[in-house]
Amino acid sequence: MAEIPIAWFLTLSAVLFVLGVAGFLFRRNIITVFMSIELMLNAVNLSFVAFSYQLKQVDGNLFAFFVMVVAAAEAAVGLAIILTVFKNRSTLNIDEVETMKN
Amino acid sequence: MQLWLIPLLPFAGFLVNGLAGRRFPKGAVNAVAIGSVLLSFAWVLKTLFTINLDAINQEHYFTWIQSGALTVGCDMAVDRLTAVMLLVVTGIGSLIHIYSIGYMAHEGGYYRFFSFLNLFMFFMLVLVLASNYLVMFVGWEGVGLCSYLLIGFYFDKKFATNAGNKAFIVNRIGDFGFSLAMFYMVRNFGSLDFGTVFKAAPGASEAVLTTIGLLLMLGACGKSAQLPLYVWLPDAMAGPTPVSALIHAATMVTAGVYMTARSWVIYTHAPLALNTIAIIGVATAFFAATIGLAQTDIKKVFAYSTVSQLGYMFLGVGSGAFSAGIFHLMTHAFFKALLFLGSGSVIHALAGEQDMRNMGGLRHKIPWTFWTMMCAAVAISGVPPTSGFFSKDSILVAANHHAPWMYWLGVVTAGMTAFYVFRAMFLTFFGEYRGHAHPHESPPLMTIPLAMLALLSLGGGYIAVPAFLGRFFPTVEAPEDFTLVAISVAFGLGGIALAYLMYIARPGMADSLAGGLKGLYSLVYNKYFVDEIYDAAVVKPVVGGSRVVLWKGMDVGFIDGMVNGVGALARRTGAVLRLLQSGNIRSYATWVLFGSVVVIVALELGGGAR
Repeated sequence: MAEIPIAWFLTLSAVLFVLGVAGFLFRRNIITVFMSIELMLNAVNLSFVAFSYQLKQVDGNLFAFFVMVVAAAEAAVGLAIILTVFKNRSTLNIDEVETMKN
Repeated sequence: MQLWLIPLLPFAGFLVNGLAGRRFPKGAVNAVAIGSVLLSFAWVLKTLFTINLDAINQEHYFTWIQSGALTVGCDMAVDRLTAVMLLVVTGIGSLIHIYSIGYMAHEGGYYRFFSFLNLFMFFMLVLVLASNYLVMFVGWEGVGLCSYLLIGFYFDKKFATNAGNKAFIVNRIGDFGFSLAMFYMVRNFGSLDFGTVFKAAPGASEAVLTTIGLLLMLGACGKSAQLPLYVWLPDAMAGPTPVSALIHAATMVTAGVYMTARSWVIYTHAPLALNTIAIIGVATAFFAATIGLAQTDIKKVFAYSTVSQLGYMFLGVGSGAFSAGIFHLMTHAFFKALLFLGSGSVIHALAGEQDMRNMGGLRHKIPWTFWTMMCAAVAISGVPPTSGFFSKDSILVAANHHAPWMYWLGVVTAGMTAFYVFRAMFLTFFGEYRGHAHPHESPPLMTIPLAMLALLSLGGGYIAVPAFLGRFFPTVEAPEDFTLVAISVAFGLGGIALAYLMYIARPGMADSLAGGLKGLYSLVYNKYFVDEIYDAAVVKPVVGGSRVVLWKGMDVGFIDGMVNGVGALARRTGAVLRLLQSGNIRSYATWVLFGSVVVIVALELGGGAR
């Protein structure tokens, strides 16, 4: 089986990451922003795993697991926060949640 | 010998009265203050009777400063010069303390007055007893402090506090010279001890001795109110009159004369410095006497007279006749203290009036004051055989030996002295009473010291001070010249006669003369505008420079500007950076993205991450 060049993985990872960044920056819905963050994390995971595979080292996989754990914890906390925000403000538009300003 | 007891007794009086006097009744304050000074006087007498004045009577108490090769001890000593000064200071001091009980009876701050007066006695005795320049300097500064405190005794009056400040600040100029002289001595002789310095002085170069002599002279000019630093003394009359008598006539202001006489070894080897002293002395004597001619405040007349007489003492010392200078110091202490105490008695009798234009005809109302002051007036005029005749004459004879023009200037000054003193006497005691108060004679506590000083003024000339000091100072072989004596006496009597003519025989004459010489009169009446000139030439530039350059420029502009500038810079930077803190998460994220792009680009341009 022909090896898939690492550049492909990295390109895919970069594309996914940029998509995540764009979603984070340009979408207004908190849920979408949250999903964009997950997308970025997983894009990074992809490059970790790709490198790990290519270099025959386990470190990258290890990092990927850590990132997943953190992402899971973050998802739990984040979703709880989003629920609370929605309960209090009846909106999920991120631009309206700016009481910290001033 | 226990010399330390002499100054320490008044110091104890100062401590007791100063710390607890507020709660004492007046009798207790009097007992402490006068008792301590009288005990000190008694101890002086006892000491002088029991010791041999020609031996070295030095006492070493402790080593004060030990630094490298320099050792300064707290030492005191008595010799013939000190003996004269001790007697004058404690003797006159005791009389003036007693007088003050009467004079200050109705004044506030009674205990404060006496504690300061005792403190003054302490420092003056330290000054006189010191046997090295540094201990002398302690006394020197201390009497300056007490002078400041007592000039400003009526501290709720602005002019009194200003006069105190003026005295203190002008004296700083002189003290600057004194300190430099001490540094120079340490450098050249390695010691400040009188004995060591005077032993080494004849071997030193004339340039060194002249420098030291001139610097010491600057100090003496400040303390003894000589040109050009005399301006503080007339203002110092803002203090209570006993203070004027004790500090600003009899003792403290003569400290400069004492110091120059004490340093005679240095001066005899520095003829230039000695001659400068003579010139300053005769110039001051003449200059101050002319101002005295036109003053209307009775204390101002005597203040300028003091400046003038101090000039005489400088003339005597500067002519090499140290013993004549000290002799005049002593007789002047008698008659000038008497004149001041007498004028104090007049002021007391008139409930505070000092302007002679509002006096007159007082000789029947306060006869004791009148007769005692008359004794002082004839003494200061140099009428034989009063004390002033002997001392002034020995100075004038020495001056003639030194430089004849100084003699003639001195003689003219003697004539003016007689004139202005008798002008004051006639204006105060003769003619019609021109004031509105009800004059009353002072209590015996005031008149008895006056009477004792009157006896001393009349007979003090027979105290053979020149002979007594003859074994201490080098003698000047000035021949006794009857013509010179006769001329100076004639000038003195002429001055008295002129005053009689102008103020008694033809009362309108003084005013018409003043009207005729309007320009000259107003120049003299306004003291040659010296205060105004100093104000414009020194005070204003210093104050203005401090205000514009040091305060507005350096302090506000530079130092505050730097401190405030740092704050303002931080605030302005913050104002710009604050705009980044939008509170909008996505704008933060944009900055994060932007930042990471910058970091990655920078890493790539720098060769990539390795």
